[in-house]
Amino acid sequence: MSDDNDSRPVLEVADLEVHYGVRRRRRRALHGVCLTVSPGETVGVIGETGSGKSTLARAVLGLVRPSGGRISVVGEEITGYSQQQWRALRRRGVVQYVFQDPLRSLDPDLTVEESLIEPLLIQGVPRAEASARGRAYLARVRLADDLLGKLPGELSGGQRQRVAVARALVAEPKLIILDEPVSALDSANRVGVLEILKELRDAGMALIFISHDLGSVAGVADRIAVLYQGEIVEVGPARTIINAPGHPYTRLLVGSAPTLRTASASRAEREALRARLQVQLHVRAEADLAPAR
Amino acid sequence: MTGTPPDKPDTVVPADAVVLVDAAVPVDAAVPGDSAVLAVRDVRIRDEINDREIVHGVSFELRPGQVIGIVGESGSGKTLTCRAVLGILPEHLAVSAGSIHIAGRDIGGLTEREWTDLRASTISAVFQDPASYLNPSLKVGSQITEVLRVKLGLGRRAARHRAIELLAAVRLRDPELVYDQYVFELSGGMLQRVLIAAAIAADPQVLIADEATTALDVTVQAEILDLLADLRERIGLALVVVSHDLAVVAQLCDEVLVMRQGEVVEHGPTEDVLYHPRHAYTRLLITEHEQYGLERYLDAPAPAAPGPAESPDPPQSRGRAAQAEQPESAEQPKSPERRQSTDRKVLDGVR
Repeated sequence: MSDDNDSRPVLEVADLEVHYGVRRRRRRALHGVCLTVSPGETVGVIGETGSGKSTLARAVLGLVRPSGGRISVVGEEITGYSQQQWRALRRRGVVQYVFQDPLRSLDPDLTVEESLIEPLLIQGVPRAEASARGRAYLARVRLADDLLGKLPGELSGGQRQRVAVARALVAEPKLIILDEPVSALDSANRVGVLEILKELRDAGMALIFISHDLGSVAGVADRIAVLYQGEIVEVGPARTIINAPGHPYTRLLVGSAPTLRTASASRAEREALRARLQVQLHVRAEADLAPAR
Repeated sequence: MTGTPPDKPDTVVPADAVVLVDAAVPVDAAVPGDSAVLAVRDVRIRDEINDREIVHGVSFELRPGQVIGIVGESGSGKTLTCRAVLGILPEHLAVSAGSIHIAGRDIGGLTEREWTDLRASTISAVFQDPASYLNPSLKVGSQITEVLRVKLGLGRRAARHRAIELLAAVRLRDPELVYDQYVFELSGGMLQRVLIAAAIAADPQVLIADEATTALDVTVQAEILDLLADLRERIGLALVVVSHDLAVVAQLCDEVLVMRQGEVVEHGPTEDVLYHPRHAYTRLLITEHEQYGLERYLDAPAPAAPGPAESPDPPQSRGRAAQAEQPESAEQPKSPERRQSTDRKVLDGVR
């Protein structure tokens, strides 16, 4: 994988299919998903629990095996990778992942410094250089050096999530996938982490920002993809999706989000949209009775 | 069914003195008006281990059908205040001053037994993570009938019938099916509905919703908020809504309490507090909210139902007026967004 061609999409997902379970318990998690992320672009993925947001992220990371379609990272198709190739790819740290709960992505027994430099040591970077880079990225997420010796348990939720972001950055990835990175944070920390993401975006990092919080997605993403029942039902510029949603599900999502002034759609509107989606689901359920490939 | 084990009573009043609690209310303490289902007066909570006061005097009153919101950052004392009201403060914490009246009864010296009588039938609660308050090895239906059989003394069949009614009342699509399902078979939104059904099973007058919609999808959150609004309208349920999401509070509450480091820094009608905040901390919370609030990215104001800001009169006066006037008005259709206090008599009409 050469690093010189910068105009290539960082991520290309084409006709992605993912199924969970076997035989009669086989369920479709993703269907016909196409998504491209260019360098320096932030794509927001919204949709409710079970819509396939996290499955998409896991497929890109090679944590679930697609049953169809292609995934390319920086021009290289990874769909047919062997375990070994996956391990090598992950070691290079081309794609990084930040979870909702930083306590899960940080080893509770490692200090902040150890967590930060671990990916570098694995890559064979000398300790002194790794340490310096760790400090630099800690500063980038606006944390002071004196946190280096602390354990994750000694940090606040906001600090921990920043450390998780710094750790993702240390390996100098091409793409960072953030899965609900601010959902567990209170408003002050949420603003803090989102500001950092905006800085990264403006500095040319490609991000996939998965969230059900429309306000933060609208504030960070260039484009938004709406996942519903495993399919992307709508994708477009963030402003368009928020202000002129086309699909009834997107309209329901936007209309359900309360704002300070009140819910943006009346309850009657939301119920009408829900009823419409219900009808669509029935139609789809009948179509699905045909065995899934 | 709050699922949390009852703690020891908060004060050292001997248990046998408590039965006379109504007569024993100190003369100097203003007895809360008949209308208040929950009256919290200057409640202070102290950590007995390091002898530090954590909550420095919280006061509010809740009438039937009224909704009060408590906002503030993590650690501001919102949840502790609720736990004090429910009598489930952690072991080393205690109410060191002030009083709490539930339905006119001072909870200061309640015995564990009396607490058990009060919980679920008078005051109930729903928390953030519904799965952890339900037993994974029992069908959800039986966890609701348990409340009905113990609290209301219903027989097996009557309890089942009522439980299914309750599951339907919280708008679960197939209540009979859900009745026979286990926790792992249901989504977070469905579990939260089950928990609400269990919480209202014994007809409490007050429901405390502590970050009850925080973990839910925005579409499900909207449905749960609609459901809570329905309950207050249909059965006059009074709500305490604890949330860090100002938008949730704006949508549901008549009054807002802003807490910071154990102190109430602002308290008033929702309109006043959220749209004309006086305290710097309230302004900060609003600024932080708006920085990534959806409204910021919406081009034009949505053609929404009348928002609180356009309401003709503040909810406080509205609530009082409604109560003074005619409880029957509760049966008339109202705007779904905001309603007025109702009389609890309506409850029987609903059931």
